[in-house]
Amino acid sequence: MTAVSMMVNGQHVSAEIDPRTLLVQFLREHLRLTGTHVGCDTSQCGCCVVHVNGDAIKSCTTLALTCDGAEVTTIEGLAKGDVLHPMQAAFRENHGLQCGFCTPGMIMTAVELVNRKGTNLDEHTIREELEGNLCRCTGYHNIVKAIGAGAQAMASAAE
Amino acid sequence: MTETGIGASVRRKEDFRFITGKGRYTDDINRPGQTYACFVRSPHAHATIDGIDASAALKTKGVLAVFTGDDIAADKVGGLICGWMIHSKDGSPMKAGAHPALAQGKVRYVGDHVAVVIAETWAIARDAAEKVLVHYTVLPANADTAAAAKPGAPVVHDVAPDNVVYDWSLGDKGATDAAFARAKHVTTLEIVNNRLVPNPMEPRSAVGDYDEGNESFTLYTTSQNPHVARLVLSAFIGIAPEHKLRVIAPDVGGGFGSKIFIYAEETICVWAAKKVRRPVKWTSDRSEAFLSDAHGRDHVTHAQLATDETGKILGLRVKTTANLGAYLSTFSSCVPTYLYAPLLSGQYDIPAIYAEVDGVYTNTAPVDAYRGAGRPEATFVVERLMEVAARELGRDPAEFRRQNFVTQFPHQTPVIMCYDGGDYPRALDRALELADYANIGKRKAESARKGLLRGVGISAYIEACGIAPSAAVGSLGAGVGLWESAEVRVNPVGTVEVLTGSHAHGQGHETTFAQLVSDRLGISIDNVSIVHGDTDKVQMGMGTYGSRSGAVGMSAIVKALDKIEAKAKKVAGHVLEASPDDIEFKNGKFSVKGTDKEIDFASLALQAYIAHKFSGQELEPGLKEGAFYDPTNFTFPAGVHICELEIDPQTGVVAIDKWTAVDDFGNLINPMIVEGQVHGGIAQGIGQALFEGAVYDKAGQLLTASYMDYQMPRAGDLLSYEVAVTNTPCPSNPLGIKGCGEAGAIAAPPAVVNALTDALGHEDVPMPATPQALWRAAQRAVTKAAAQ
Amino acid sequence: MYEFAYHRPGSVSEAAALAGDHADGKLLAGGQTLLPTMKQRLAGPSDLIDLSRIDDLRGIEVKDGVVTIKALTRHVTVATSAEVKAAIPALAELAGMIGDPAVRNKGTIGGSVANNDPAADYPSACLALGATITTNKRAIKADDFFKGLFETALEEGEIITSISFPAPEKANYQKFRNPASRYALVGVFVAKTGGHVRVAVTGAGSKGVFRAKEFEAALEANFAPAALDGKSVPASGLNSDIHADAEYRAHLITVMAKRAVAAVA
Repeated sequence: MTAVSMMVNGQHVSAEIDPRTLLVQFLREHLRLTGTHVGCDTSQCGCCVVHVNGDAIKSCTTLALTCDGAEVTTIEGLAKGDVLHPMQAAFRENHGLQCGFCTPGMIMTAVELVNRKGTNLDEHTIREELEGNLCRCTGYHNIVKAIGAGAQAMASAAE
Repeated sequence: MTETGIGASVRRKEDFRFITGKGRYTDDINRPGQTYACFVRSPHAHATIDGIDASAALKTKGVLAVFTGDDIAADKVGGLICGWMIHSKDGSPMKAGAHPALAQGKVRYVGDHVAVVIAETWAIARDAAEKVLVHYTVLPANADTAAAAKPGAPVVHDVAPDNVVYDWSLGDKGATDAAFARAKHVTTLEIVNNRLVPNPMEPRSAVGDYDEGNESFTLYTTSQNPHVARLVLSAFIGIAPEHKLRVIAPDVGGGFGSKIFIYAEETICVWAAKKVRRPVKWTSDRSEAFLSDAHGRDHVTHAQLATDETGKILGLRVKTTANLGAYLSTFSSCVPTYLYAPLLSGQYDIPAIYAEVDGVYTNTAPVDAYRGAGRPEATFVVERLMEVAARELGRDPAEFRRQNFVTQFPHQTPVIMCYDGGDYPRALDRALELADYANIGKRKAESARKGLLRGVGISAYIEACGIAPSAAVGSLGAGVGLWESAEVRVNPVGTVEVLTGSHAHGQGHETTFAQLVSDRLGISIDNVSIVHGDTDKVQMGMGTYGSRSGAVGMSAIVKALDKIEAKAKKVAGHVLEASPDDIEFKNGKFSVKGTDKEIDFASLALQAYIAHKFSGQELEPGLKEGAFYDPTNFTFPAGVHICELEIDPQTGVVAIDKWTAVDDFGNLINPMIVEGQVHGGIAQGIGQALFEGAVYDKAGQLLTASYMDYQMPRAGDLLSYEVAVTNTPCPSNPLGIKGCGEAGAIAAPPAVVNALTDALGHEDVPMPATPQALWRAAQRAVTKAAAQ
Repeated sequence: MYEFAYHRPGSVSEAAALAGDHADGKLLAGGQTLLPTMKQRLAGPSDLIDLSRIDDLRGIEVKDGVVTIKALTRHVTVATSAEVKAAIPALAELAGMIGDPAVRNKGTIGGSVANNDPAADYPSACLALGATITTNKRAIKADDFFKGLFETALEEGEIITSISFPAPEKANYQKFRNPASRYALVGVFVAKTGGHVRVAVTGAGSKGVFRAKEFEAALEANFAPAALDGKSVPASGLNSDIHADAEYRAHLITVMAKRAVAAVA
């Protein structure tokens, strides 16, 4: 067992873990933050995307120990109290989810996309940037719409 | 229409928990003292088990138990069942091979469950599973659908020495042969409907729990139909009587059919919980899902369409071999039979149809219902035949379809179904207009100038869903009735809980069902809760599949609401001192006709519970009613999808650049949700046509066992769809609604393939039409053009 | 994953010492290939030496027409680097085509080159641009570095510290993605440097990345797509799988090479 500590959603956490613990296992099983999901084992579905030091990464392909000292944000840490993040609100407003399983990863990917590429995103860019996130329910149509709208809303929120 | 009533695109009530990470899926549930199960799976497609040595695994620190087929046999755990009896042409029953939850003596596909390790942690269970030594004698594998029943093919089950589960037929052979005998033209196609893996994003999971004090079990599981799971686990597998088994299907991350079935893993988790006296959890990883979830489709078909000199269809016949895999999964037998052949009439007036289907065993994962289930396969046959026949006859494919449309309703087809209503030309006209079909020639020429091949493909689909009248399916072999249940509980303060036997795993029932209640009772949608997915809370129900939750599940709620209204009117009569016959209920208020006496719904509810204004002898206190609704017919959504695409003949890469969908779903409860269902269905249909295919090699190894090799549709592979609706209300249910969940997956594949073959100028294109396949097809097009 | 011992050295020398001490250990850079392999239990290193805290191994420098990228520089950094975009735009574009955004946020150039996956993108750039791979022990020419499937010239305890790419006159990378995995089914990197042309092909060769010498000669004579008319790489040395057989791969190599030339000619 090895000691690890990090900031998760603004809270300091530490634990003794088996070195093979993946970040997603640490979040789900040690911290009971079950909003981050696991949908594949080949690093392709993106259900597990969280932010580590601001970067969207796949928490199923990251050792928890590598994140020692890092700042981690999960879907549970995105809203400010009862106020939804604009991207979360956009997913609801645009029916960008059905079963909800891929949704946390989609939203975390989308937020970082806007942080990286700005708030004016065309459809092509959004579709290309979703390369690493699979959804089986929506056919992506409304996810693409939601991200475009969420990006615009993030611009308004920043003003 | 109110803002939250029927017909409004209400934003979903369930979304808040999903967008904030507060959803509660099975793998999110942990029970005190929980252990973890890891299955030892067969690496061979076909082998005898000569011995299992679990001693090293059992010695591993943290391992509680290792169980094998011998243990479940000793405990008399029943086998997994197939709940639909199909008879062969000679009247003999289908040949169902035993399907033990842990293999006994033989394994029949790669991934077959051989043993299970129960340990303190998942990692220990996985480590120990590798130490379970299984001695196999490998047998030749039977993994090719078309060759499965050929003489000399390896025998999967001794009960079916020729590997034929059934040889079944539907329709009038004599009349069909006669139609072909007088045909002017016969169109013939050889069709392979590719095998798919459903791939809901949430992998299957189960937590079994045993309460020693009450001798009762709880199973948390990823199910589309928890009551049916309880029924099967109880009545057939014999884990526990129904009143001692609670099945909870919490938030479920998509199903698409694959979570209807009762699988070995959940059976073992609930059984093993009593063996080890600890809760037992299993969660599939994606690789296991590829190997062990029931797959879909996998047909090989010879199909023919007969037409007269005017282009009128005279008859249709098909001979299909359907791969059912290594064991008969829960509803597998009905998918290529009664969910397939009765749809072979399409939207067309076809006087004679004859279908023969051989269901065959192979050494592959079980095959069962996947979004559309039988109907995509039928639609693919019909719509490919229509397209090719039109081309062979030199007719415009749209007009050839129009000539043969059913226009009078009700319409009895020669294959069971009686279409109750629709307007097929209207959907076609609207779709052609939206797709700018008239100008396709110009667009093809523009593409040609760039060295690209443009094509357009039509699919005029029909499907039968909202399954199904119980007596009708019973007469066809179903082991269950397919009604649905609802209980409406009005609380004393006027809020309402609806307990439904339907189950939502993405469909948005918490919103649409609440819209219905809000609309009917005139109360805020926020005062309505939809309860589902727990056999201890909800009365027996049949679950969600076959696009049945709206047409059947909501109809049951309507029936219960009728009773609520009738009872409430009696209460109102007492409270307002009038005859119940003089009470009107409108906009949430009960009033006495012709007077200003009224009481609102919430106050009335309170009166029903305090029961001060009437005696218990004349009226029971309370306001709670239940109903079971058995549909009188299937519903028949239909529509036209048009795909326009461009192929780069240099690489075989295809880009779909326009998708038009015009669907008739009758009345809509929530158009936003309906559109979302259509989008998702189209994506899965495009996936089948262009991307997805499960491939087994000759030895029965699954070559597409992860997302590294099985191409899931991604956002960048797809486009935004143009979706429109026509609306002919369904006459067979009180809301006039038809199912919408499967339409896209049914409509899309032939639209894509018709567009590809239009672009290429020949019909030789397989599914999935991968870049490699299309590059070769483009080369064949060049060769063919040169030859002409 | 199998059990392993975890180490997090603070310097290259410490990492090299650990690697020397643990012959069955593995270096962990971004982990985007290694961790999935370990999760599937296809690899079971005794020790994992996490390089993520060696800050000396991050950074990009352009000097005298040579772009030097330190080993732990992430794909996203290369893809968005103004210096790389100015000096070798094709290299930035290549980095932007690797995996997906989340993978690019973790994956590193050193990890990719050291792993030498036959379908990885970077090896083609190294070969076509005539890169030099610098380790804690020596400098190795790209031509001498890639030895076959997942095989390189790296010795035990040897750690890549940086990779230097001479800026070419013209270069372009065309990637035909495996439809499922999105690795390169065929990737062709064409570079014209000092009058010489190099064409490197990844994803297709049964022995990993290779140079298409016949294409190079033709393009040196005439740097135009038409120079490759009728030319093809023999299918005999190419991979066949369910996504693409050797014949299709051979065809795609020519198509991608022509498109790469057309993009910059």
